[in-house]
Amino acid sequence: MTKLIFEKHGKGKNKFRVPDFGVKDNDVIPDKFKNSSVDLPDVNEVDVVRHYTNLSSLNFGVDRAMYPLGSCTMKHNPRINEKISSLMQFSALHPMCGDTLSQGALQVIHELSVYLSAITGMSAFSLAPAAGSHGELTGVMIIKKYFEEIGEKRDKIIIPDSAHGTNPASVAMCGFKILEAPSNQEGDVDLDKLSGMIDGSVAAMMLTSPNTLGLFDRNILKISEMLHANGSVFYADGANLNAVIGTARMKDMGFDIMHINLHKTFSTPHGGGGPGSGPVGVVEKFVKYLPVPFVREEGGKYALDYNRPDSIGRVHSFYGNFLVALKSYAYIRTLGPEGIRDISRISVLNANYLRSRLMKEFNLPINRTCMHEFVLNDKDIPNHVTTNDLAKRLLDYGYHAPTVYFPLLIPGAMMIEPTETEGKDSLDEFVDAMIKIKKEASDNPEIILGAPHTTPVRRVDAVAAARNPILKWQE
Amino acid sequence: MSLIPDDLKYTKDHEWVRMETDLIACCGITDHAQEMLTDIVFVELPEINAEVKSGEQIAVVESVKAVSDVFSPVSGRILEINKTLEDSPELVNTSPYGEGWICKIEIKNPREMNDLMDASAYNSHVEAGD
Repeated sequence: MTKLIFEKHGKGKNKFRVPDFGVKDNDVIPDKFKNSSVDLPDVNEVDVVRHYTNLSSLNFGVDRAMYPLGSCTMKHNPRINEKISSLMQFSALHPMCGDTLSQGALQVIHELSVYLSAITGMSAFSLAPAAGSHGELTGVMIIKKYFEEIGEKRDKIIIPDSAHGTNPASVAMCGFKILEAPSNQEGDVDLDKLSGMIDGSVAAMMLTSPNTLGLFDRNILKISEMLHANGSVFYADGANLNAVIGTARMKDMGFDIMHINLHKTFSTPHGGGGPGSGPVGVVEKFVKYLPVPFVREEGGKYALDYNRPDSIGRVHSFYGNFLVALKSYAYIRTLGPEGIRDISRISVLNANYLRSRLMKEFNLPINRTCMHEFVLNDKDIPNHVTTNDLAKRLLDYGYHAPTVYFPLLIPGAMMIEPTETEGKDSLDEFVDAMIKIKKEASDNPEIILGAPHTTPVRRVDAVAAARNPILKWQE
Repeated sequence: MSLIPDDLKYTKDHEWVRMETDLIACCGITDHAQEMLTDIVFVELPEINAEVKSGEQIAVVESVKAVSDVFSPVSGRILEINKTLEDSPELVNTSPYGEGWICKIEIKNPREMNDLMDASAYNSHVEAGD
């Protein structure tokens, strides 16, 4: 196992000298806040560089191999986005500069909102929310404010069992109660059960579209009709938007409010890779509730508008994670309308290609044409080899594991999303690895049960990690 | 094949009930449930004296795989909880029908017991893969 930087400590190893700044100690800091030393490792420069370079070589990422993690479009991010977002003119722009000196940045925000509106059919977007879940929260705050304003007391929001896990949390944070709508055998929302839930206390329904089974709900227009007839708001969790962009618009499906995860659909790093962005889009009647500030354009000049009396208020300091938005702007501008359409077409094609090859070897609980991802399970794997074992063995073959045991409604789920950036060769190689593992499960299950064998850390003790975690370095 | 004792009643959500007296029901999760969840690392217990309705969430079990709600099989008042599970949640794995019990409920309406499944009905329910 690699040593920690603290274990490389040795007194006097660091020969770096801090010059005397000549600042007089005028005793403004009370003694109780003063430390005689700082608990940092004493290591020389070349060892620090080697330490972190070696650690980075143990890392796995999409730059190394395919990353089939579902529900987390972890696609390759074109380098040009990074190049543009690191331009000094943007990265060094101080948020306190004021509108006059920030015209370029404001123009990017405004134009990106216009593009997102064109792609989804929504009337306006706010780029302020800093993550998908933050976008959901903003959207639910808008729903709450709307019903307060029209003087209706509605305290429930419906969420299907195939939704993203953050949806119930956002709803509960705003004080709504959650009603769970079950899916039917084919993975669509069960319409009979849904209609039994809809009454005057239902403020909204949040639908992840396509859902976490990678399926497009075929009754979406019917659901939207049922909600609208009841005066309820239809909210789209757009985390899986990459499956439909350029091909279908959320507004046309009947959605009133939605969020987009720029870090999933519009090519910006996420997870450990950097801050996210979860813009919220709304149809005309909710535009006045969008957060402040709102970027307004008038005769080619851009301004941050704070004078919006009906707004839910501020949801982020300044204006969200601007550099993330800038990367998405660059992505949309480099692709253009045709390229945007290709994203959904190719990501859906790739997923269905993998699905149709893998379903010959593995159980596909809901056998339907999928969107950008699909869910297999471990039912057909011999010798009690589980999803967890298969996921560990995939690491030996040089792949990151798919999303496992989610969604919860499929026991032993393996959720696979190849994304549009993988070519046919790499999809075929992944299928070959999966088939080899299935064969090992019948011929030599021990090799799977003991996997991974080639990773820097072997199979971790998940129980010990959950029950007795060691959270900081100790001697 | 998981264990399904004949003398217990079961819910579709994989809880079991054992009647200790005419009005006291001891509850837990089934052997099948613990097998599906795998190693359990944490159990959140209900509060003593809480009034619960059948089908209402009363506890949470967290395994290395997932976090799952436990639903009350009957309506009534929580009489006793199995505090041992706070330090030894693995008892739910090793002894789901014994030391791994979750709580005892003083039941309000004994007729509710008729809505629960017997061992053979629960066995078919498990085999159907629900």
